[in-house]
Amino acid sequence: MASFSIDQQPIEFEPGQTILQAAMAAGVYIPHLCFHPQFSAHGSCRVCMVRIDGRTASACTAPAAAGLEVENLSDDLQALRRDILQMLFVEGNHLCPSCEQSGACHLQSVAEFCELLMADLPFQYPRRMVDASHPDWVLDFTRCIHCELCVKASREVDGKSVFSLTGRGFDTRLVINAPDGLLVNSEFASTDRAASVCPVGVFLPKHQGFKTPIGQRKYDRHSIEQITEE
Amino acid sequence: MAHKLKIASTSLAGCFGCHMSLLDCDEKIIELLQQVELSRSPLCDIKQVADCDIGIIEGAVANSENVEVIRQFRAQCKTLVVLGACALNGGIPALRNQYSLAECLQESYIDGMGLENQLIPQDEDLPEILDQVYPVQQLVKVDYALPGCPPRADMIWQCLSALVAGQQPELSSELIRYD
Repeated sequence: MASFSIDQQPIEFEPGQTILQAAMAAGVYIPHLCFHPQFSAHGSCRVCMVRIDGRTASACTAPAAAGLEVENLSDDLQALRRDILQMLFVEGNHLCPSCEQSGACHLQSVAEFCELLMADLPFQYPRRMVDASHPDWVLDFTRCIHCELCVKASREVDGKSVFSLTGRGFDTRLVINAPDGLLVNSEFASTDRAASVCPVGVFLPKHQGFKTPIGQRKYDRHSIEQITEE
Repeated sequence: MAHKLKIASTSLAGCFGCHMSLLDCDEKIIELLQQVELSRSPLCDIKQVADCDIGIIEGAVANSENVEVIRQFRAQCKTLVVLGACALNGGIPALRNQYSLAECLQESYIDGMGLENQLIPQDEDLPEILDQVYPVQQLVKVDYALPGCPPRADMIWQCLSALVAGQQPELSSELIRYD
């Protein structure tokens, strides 16, 4: 089987796999955020940036090829990842102690893994309407990182088209396909894959606030590099 | 006797949980106190910060007194260590940044349930409330940041014991948690 290396460790790969897919199959952790193994790569968050033969590229979109030398957890790449994560943290309301997703949040866990201690860019504290129209779900759009996972899950798995991104750049927003834009009047159902795929705390089930005690949450039990996406 | 390092600490808009976590260093705190002298701190009764080696700040910046205090700390402390979610991203106090200050005051003192003699407090002796809650590092330069709600006692210990020994703190990555 053909192989390449990540931080000098040999990684075997199947033809057609990306560097991130091959790394995951080999149990080697490359920090990533907008990628989910169930869906096609988005390549937008740049957290999975690695250096391939001297050039930086996102591991979720770069095809694996024999003999590549890939740098993953070097100090300067981790510093770049911290810069990216910092931008995500200041653009949304990621106030972990107030968020029910804390402890099960992919963004939080990746940032902890990358040892982001402090964001020193100006915090935006965006004000956006919370959608609490649905009897069982509440959506807090101020935490959305625009990874499109719920958009893809709704289209590709649920066979609906409940979510979409609108606007460009800093004005990008997650919107709901309903006559009045409210979740309750969309085709959304609680069992939708779109509801469970969010890597941050946009989708929160009602009636069970802070149900899992601290110490037993997803990333309390295992660190992020030991967990495969659910 | 060797020169003792001077440490000051303060809690701004916070819950004192970070100071409680500092006390959670248990008997190691005795070791620390043998090597340092406290200046202004909620742990003693000194009201003004003197020239210090290490300043420790917990809590977010929410009013004019908080601004004055962090500027004093920055001016008088050689090294500034900032503890916790509130200080580093606004934390729970920053939930009010979802509303204007006028809306917050209106709800708290005029429209809120069960209020009597509704009046928005205003007096020259009261600090002015800022338009929004700010993280400490947006107003002064920070030397070391320990995230967490609260930061783990072991992480506070790793940082302070290294600084007291004149070394660069190295934090264990598994202690870095945001809640």
